[in-house]
Amino acid sequence: MTPETMTPTTKTEEQPARLSLVSTDYRTISYVTGPLVFVENVHDVSYNEMVAIRMPDGARRSGQVLEVSGDTAVIQVFEGTQGIDVDATEVRFLEEVARISVSLDLLGRVLNGTGDPIDGGAPIIPEARLDITGSPINPYMREKPADFIETGISAIDGLNTLVRGQKLPIFSGSGLPANELAAQIIRQSRVKSGEEFAVVFGAMGLTHREAAYFISQFESTGALERVVFFLNLADDPTVERLLTPRCALTVAEYLAFEKDLQVLVVLSDMTNYCEALREVSTAREEVPGRRGYPGYMYTDLASIYERAGRIKNRKGSVTQLPILSMPDDDITHPIPDLTGYITEGQIVLSRQLHRRAVFPPIDVLPCLSRLMNLGIGEGKTRDDHRAVANQLYAAYAQGRDLRKLVAIVGEEALSDTDRSYLRFADEFEKRIVGQGDEGRTIEETLSIGWELMAGLPKAELKRVREFVDTYHPSASTDAEDAI
Amino acid sequence: MIAGTISKITGPVAVAAGMTGAKMYDIVRVGHEGLMGEIIRLEGGSATLQVYEDTSGLKVGDPVESTEGPLLVELGPGLLSSIYDGVQRPLPIVAEQGGDFIERGTVASALDREREWEFTPTVEVGQYVTGGDIVGTVPEGKTIVHKVMVSPALKGTVASVVPAGSYNVDTVLVTLDDGTEIKMSQWWPVRQGRPYVRKLDPTHPFTTGMRILDTFFPIALGGNAIIPGGFGTGKTVTQQSLAKWADVDIIIYVGCGERGNEMTEVLVEFPELEDPRSGAPLMDRTVLVANTSNMPVAAREASIYVGATLAEFYRDMGYSVAMMADSTSRWGEALREVSGRLEEMPGEEGYPAYLATRLAAFYERSGRVRPLGSDDRVGSVTMVGAVSPAGGDMSEPMTQNSLRVSGAFWALDTSLAHRRHFPAISWTKSYTLFLGQVRGWFEENVAGDWYEMRGKAMGILQKETELQEIVQLVGPDALPESEKIILEIARMLREDFLQQFAFDDIDAYCPPEKQYLMLKAILAFHDAATSALNRGVSLRQVLELPHKERISTMKTTPHEEAIDTIPVLAKEIAEDIAGIEVY
Repeated sequence: MTPETMTPTTKTEEQPARLSLVSTDYRTISYVTGPLVFVENVHDVSYNEMVAIRMPDGARRSGQVLEVSGDTAVIQVFEGTQGIDVDATEVRFLEEVARISVSLDLLGRVLNGTGDPIDGGAPIIPEARLDITGSPINPYMREKPADFIETGISAIDGLNTLVRGQKLPIFSGSGLPANELAAQIIRQSRVKSGEEFAVVFGAMGLTHREAAYFISQFESTGALERVVFFLNLADDPTVERLLTPRCALTVAEYLAFEKDLQVLVVLSDMTNYCEALREVSTAREEVPGRRGYPGYMYTDLASIYERAGRIKNRKGSVTQLPILSMPDDDITHPIPDLTGYITEGQIVLSRQLHRRAVFPPIDVLPCLSRLMNLGIGEGKTRDDHRAVANQLYAAYAQGRDLRKLVAIVGEEALSDTDRSYLRFADEFEKRIVGQGDEGRTIEETLSIGWELMAGLPKAELKRVREFVDTYHPSASTDAEDAI
Repeated sequence: MIAGTISKITGPVAVAAGMTGAKMYDIVRVGHEGLMGEIIRLEGGSATLQVYEDTSGLKVGDPVESTEGPLLVELGPGLLSSIYDGVQRPLPIVAEQGGDFIERGTVASALDREREWEFTPTVEVGQYVTGGDIVGTVPEGKTIVHKVMVSPALKGTVASVVPAGSYNVDTVLVTLDDGTEIKMSQWWPVRQGRPYVRKLDPTHPFTTGMRILDTFFPIALGGNAIIPGGFGTGKTVTQQSLAKWADVDIIIYVGCGERGNEMTEVLVEFPELEDPRSGAPLMDRTVLVANTSNMPVAAREASIYVGATLAEFYRDMGYSVAMMADSTSRWGEALREVSGRLEEMPGEEGYPAYLATRLAAFYERSGRVRPLGSDDRVGSVTMVGAVSPAGGDMSEPMTQNSLRVSGAFWALDTSLAHRRHFPAISWTKSYTLFLGQVRGWFEENVAGDWYEMRGKAMGILQKETELQEIVQLVGPDALPESEKIILEIARMLREDFLQQFAFDDIDAYCPPEKQYLMLKAILAFHDAATSALNRGVSLRQVLELPHKERISTMKTTPHEEAIDTIPVLAKEIAEDIAGIEVY
């Protein structure tokens, strides 16, 4: 490659209006590997700049600068490098970082993984074009998450409450119905005060079947008009997935902080995102961290998950519900592990419950919502919420422990109290967790909780003692008897 | 002036050419926006930089300018109750300048330049002063008297001193005979520990109000401890409880690569919480350094050094300071990330080979010292570092390397957390190396048999662990009554002593005397029950007594009341169990 082959020409045709008038096309690709292209003899290239690539056959692709070193730029190509050659392919640097057009009209639209409409509708007329990497929220300007979001799922509302501005991932496994659960949450979720609600859905590497499921779910319930759908399918370019969550969150931040909406962001499946990250890292021959994932994966994931929250003096909020598949159901795998360290709790699905046809198969023991205490209690849900959650949790944990013991010594060896715990654990899985398709209000969830607790001896209800007189099912019958 | 140009950019790392004369760890301004960076490698005329801000948009050829000095922090009155980012920019000022989101290239002064402080001089003209000497005092908040010290390297005779009055941090307060000016503000390089006369033996305990820590695994003022635990085990809650209740003068809380919402919680909560000793808001004695996980990774690396320097500054005034670092693993990961970008040969799990050295250097900045200066003041820095082991696996390099240098290991246990036993600190895995040093204090100030009681309780819990294995196999009924009582007592110890509810008004903080009395009451139950069983009393008879209930309410009894009622309870337990008749 010689400098003569460098062809600085000014293009007049097909020039998108947003580009500066003078841009330079390079035909100096020297090396192509995996999703990466190395371009030589470049000038004035910025780190993270977007790139347009013109293939020999005239097709266009896009990419982003990953590294600039002297006069060489390393570019990751979002649509893959198939068909790129070192002679005829032209690379143009667009002199701007990745941006997305945002507007309130995005609600109800289906976009591809980089934010272009693919539903056949009209083009988006942008109200603003925003940098998709976003900036970190100043911790000083954050508002403490405080408001309860009713998802209609007992295991979440009752025991691991989701709070506005929280990031609460669902840890799933292959074959577990995380998507069904997510669809149900989107369908049923409402904030109590009845403010405007929107959903931004970022699909990364979903199969056509899964995507169709979501779209039909939204259409059938009329929710679609409140949804912005980013769709990167399993057969779409892998590297494009690196942009999808960022596009989705940029739109979400715009809707929340500029347009005052309460936004729920669902990202599915973060495992596919991490795989894409690893693919690029490997192609760059970086020193791998655990299991081949790059050492900066924590920082990278944090730059996504931390884009949730509320800001002082702004009405909207961004709540995140990322979904990820634990490879081989292993919660210590780097993807769920790093996620758990960043997010504010987790909802864990269980294969055992799924096999027993419990839906949603939420295993409440390893679940956690760190912000739960901020969103519950008198005035938000109900005064006994914390106590009931603690009691249900403790009793279920005890029942589960006893199951192990029964497997060894048999049920006969147990005391009556212990047997009531065993029954409680079964009922808990059947009635609280296994609610099926129905949506429940928090009051319904709590009263089912009290019905189950009624099966335990009253002396065992240590954690709800102060509420027994008010809410225990026997209390109401006592009261009626008294009349 | 040393100025070069960028020749390479990759993530937070950039290389600049033409930097001949630059020194390692000098601070540079990068690009047209003047992003802050630090030199971390020199090769001939080119310097490798870690940039403390997002590098998007930087170009090859952009200017780089060296400030020809290392990363400094500004020290002076006004640090307390501030919240800084990882390179000591006050976040409220950053917000004023850049809005709700953190924009790049912000320059903000760490101390308020306008604000005036009431200065009272304590030196006179003609007096000879050396580094560390106090030239005057300034009330900083309601409770802390800020001492204006001579910077460590200076000495001379006082030539002039201002009269008492209000001055801002830039006013010259004292001049020495050689013309050196002393102001309230002084600067110090963060990667260099502040000098002191000598380290002292740590003998005074760092009391935290957490029963499992104070009674079972105490550390000393000037000591250090690590809290490793998987996610959801309560590292942050524990750190925050320590920050709230630990018996120290100053708290430096470094949120290093953690959640933004958590920092907000601290920010909202601390000004509302009352310092249990002075009644002033807790925030008045706290400095927060917040570098959340999505803020630039290189600044995360710097943030714990900034925290350590602030801690040492107050230590030098003669205060006891506790520094919380949550989480040191994120700092280790920042090291790893930068090391990877430098294409260094990786050590274990991709961490750089110098991880252990850096960790040791960091934890060694803790200690109880006799600071510079001609009076006899003593100050201490106690460090508590959270560790987030990957996959909850404690054999990973961060945990293991931290263990080698820290004096106590407060292991958080996932299975305890799943059972909602909080604080989920494992009594079987944790240890402390300070027991011998603080034992004397407890025996003198709490009770003569403190050490013995502690040992007895730990013995019971250890025995329980062994018995649980048998129970798992054959069920509890197969055990003889003498062992069943061990299980019962151990359960009391776990539920009524070790479990502590951080969000309960009374239980959140438990003074050492009450801790001892509670332990003593439970052990009284044990002793009485054991001897009753020996007499032939059945276990059922013992457990039917109402005292068990009363033991469980000890922790929520207000402290003053508890000091009187618990010994009575212990006495009644002993008498009533002894009074059970055999049939």
